[in-house]
Amino acid sequence: MHAVADLHLAYWQLTSIKVLVILAVIPAAALTFGYVFLMKTMAHMQSRLGPMEPGGFHGWYQLVGDGIKFIQKEDIIPTAADRAIFALAPTVVLVSTFLLFVVIPAGPRLVVQDLDVGIFFALAVSSLSVIGVLMAGWSSANKYSLLGALRAAGQLIAYELPLALGVIGVVVEAGTMSLQGIVRFQQEGNIFGWHGIGDPFILTQGIGFVLFLMAAQAELTQTPFDMPLAESELVAGYTTEYTGFRFLFFYMAETATAFGLAAIAATLFLGGWAVPWVHGTMADVLGPFILGAKIMAVAFLIYWIRFTYPRFREDQLQAIAWKYLIPVSLANILLTGVLKVAF
Amino acid sequence: MAITEHQQRAYIAAQAADARFNVELQTEDMTLNIGPQHPATHGTLRVVARLDGEQVVRADVVCGYMHRGYEKLAEVRTYPQITTLINRIDWLSSFANEVPFILAAEKLMEVEAPPRAQYIRTILFEMARIANITLFIGEMGVQLGAITPAFYAFRDREHVLNQIEAVTGGRFHPNFDRIGGLKDDLPRGWIDETKAVMVRIRGYCDELEELLMGNEIFERRSRGIGVIPAEVGLSYGVSGANIRASGVDWDIRRDEPSPLAWKDLDWRVWTHTDGDSFARYWVRLQETREATKMVDQMLDGLPSGSIQAKVPRIIKVPAGEAWVHTDNPLGEMGYYVVSQGGLGPFRCKIRSASFNNVSVLPWLLRGLYVPDVITVLASLYFILGDIDR
Repeated sequence: MHAVADLHLAYWQLTSIKVLVILAVIPAAALTFGYVFLMKTMAHMQSRLGPMEPGGFHGWYQLVGDGIKFIQKEDIIPTAADRAIFALAPTVVLVSTFLLFVVIPAGPRLVVQDLDVGIFFALAVSSLSVIGVLMAGWSSANKYSLLGALRAAGQLIAYELPLALGVIGVVVEAGTMSLQGIVRFQQEGNIFGWHGIGDPFILTQGIGFVLFLMAAQAELTQTPFDMPLAESELVAGYTTEYTGFRFLFFYMAETATAFGLAAIAATLFLGGWAVPWVHGTMADVLGPFILGAKIMAVAFLIYWIRFTYPRFREDQLQAIAWKYLIPVSLANILLTGVLKVAF
Repeated sequence: MAITEHQQRAYIAAQAADARFNVELQTEDMTLNIGPQHPATHGTLRVVARLDGEQVVRADVVCGYMHRGYEKLAEVRTYPQITTLINRIDWLSSFANEVPFILAAEKLMEVEAPPRAQYIRTILFEMARIANITLFIGEMGVQLGAITPAFYAFRDREHVLNQIEAVTGGRFHPNFDRIGGLKDDLPRGWIDETKAVMVRIRGYCDELEELLMGNEIFERRSRGIGVIPAEVGLSYGVSGANIRASGVDWDIRRDEPSPLAWKDLDWRVWTHTDGDSFARYWVRLQETREATKMVDQMLDGLPSGSIQAKVPRIIKVPAGEAWVHTDNPLGEMGYYVVSQGGLGPFRCKIRSASFNNVSVLPWLLRGLYVPDVITVLASLYFILGDIDR
């Protein structure tokens, strides 16, 4: 509980604040800001304006309008569907996304729970979503949904490995699995003895960063790895039968996971909330904004790739994971270990 | 020796056990209806695919969901009215549909439009091709998962449509061709504007060549996928860019005499030897670029004079039969018009390119994976109105 220890709150107060932060503040902030930012980025990349009318200024109100629209829609459950599982699946996906934000630090003391096994926890909960996806695909009683869910399962299993192995290089170098510890190491570390800007791991773990981004893209099922949702093949993959609020859950989970993984990438490789010259209380004030900017940079990269590339075929995707990404990540771990011992 | 009932039961039980064992070892096939409402068929085509895992064991194409009976409707219309119908066959390049029909009617009446009208017809024909194939070049990206090229396609096609609208008054259904000529002449300033648009389209082709065709993922998804050997393609009646991509150097615009302006132009027919999805995309991209150059040449060499030959006020076509086909954006399109001397045709057979192009699908799709099915459907490039008429 050292995170906000100075305030001397009772356990239940602290817990309720944390739950509120996890369930409302972070998703709302991430979704609103990120969604609008990315909608506009996407619109400009695709040489169009995007929604411009709602709300007066650049269509900022469109997001609210979309939300209201989804809530108004009829909640349809197919007759042949397994009702209970069908209804539960979107929640499972969304919860696994929210759990991701528990360990991400936004400042020296601004963290919901700084676990010693932070990065392990983050990777573990992020892969929980595949259960929700499988539940959705199976219970929909739809062939497209089933194909999409099975593709998603195969893909997430294949890319879980390079995702974790890409991170191991960072863990070896920092000597800790706590995200807070990794951030501090990057702030105070040195690159082969040079102390100028700390040790952001994107410089010393560049291979790991690329591996992580590629695997994250696949985890998010975004182009070029979006076969589970491939709209030209499988209509809408495992979300085909979902309408209204439940579909909104999937939609929110997609964006929120993108931000969750971007936040982890920013924390692991770009120094998280830290910049070399900001310390102490100042870091607590500026931390969230610095982290936010870094998340946006990574999310921009993710979405840039998404809107540029066509998608792979399923077997090509598996070949990339098993033939290239995993050997490279193993070599990266070996190299990191050797250099760690040598310096 | 007759077997007892007991023996018979035992035999059946043994067979059933065998069957159960076999079923356990075999994975079950699944029938997947791709369409009639499916994003990849851009319309209402239905592909009934029998899948083993994600591999197609057998595919049947069911068409006819959009049949509007134009051949029959044409029998109760007068010749000038029919262009309104046939505009809607291949709706993305409507003007190109009108041309062969009007040429067939002119052939029966032994009328020939003046050179200026023929040139403007050819210009609009090629611009219809550009408007159509521009969309294909972007749309292929969407089918392979890249959404952005389609937006570029819509952005640049808009300018071509604006030019077509400036002449004909219609963006999609111009209904502009008349027997013996055209409805109107070109508006003022149109030639310069069109030249600027052609430069723009060439820029778009360059852009897509780098953004999509040069992309490694695109190549891996389309190279070697859906190979149509030349002889198979010819036996199924595949035509247009699809057959040119299989190495058949055949273009009706060049190979057959036509009153239109193609014979005066300096252009080439693009072919590719591979016959796969990538080759079809490549050929279409080159053809679009070639078409912009053809339009430029025609705008420079536009003859002066009238745009309408002398025809009677009420058009009556003498008895006879005529077959005229042209190389439309989607492939060979032809009209076989039988006249018995009335105000309208006695019989009008429409040979549309897409119908024959998709007939190769059951042969082509066997053994492919579902994502490749989509690649092949996209690269064959059919338009549903053109299949079902």
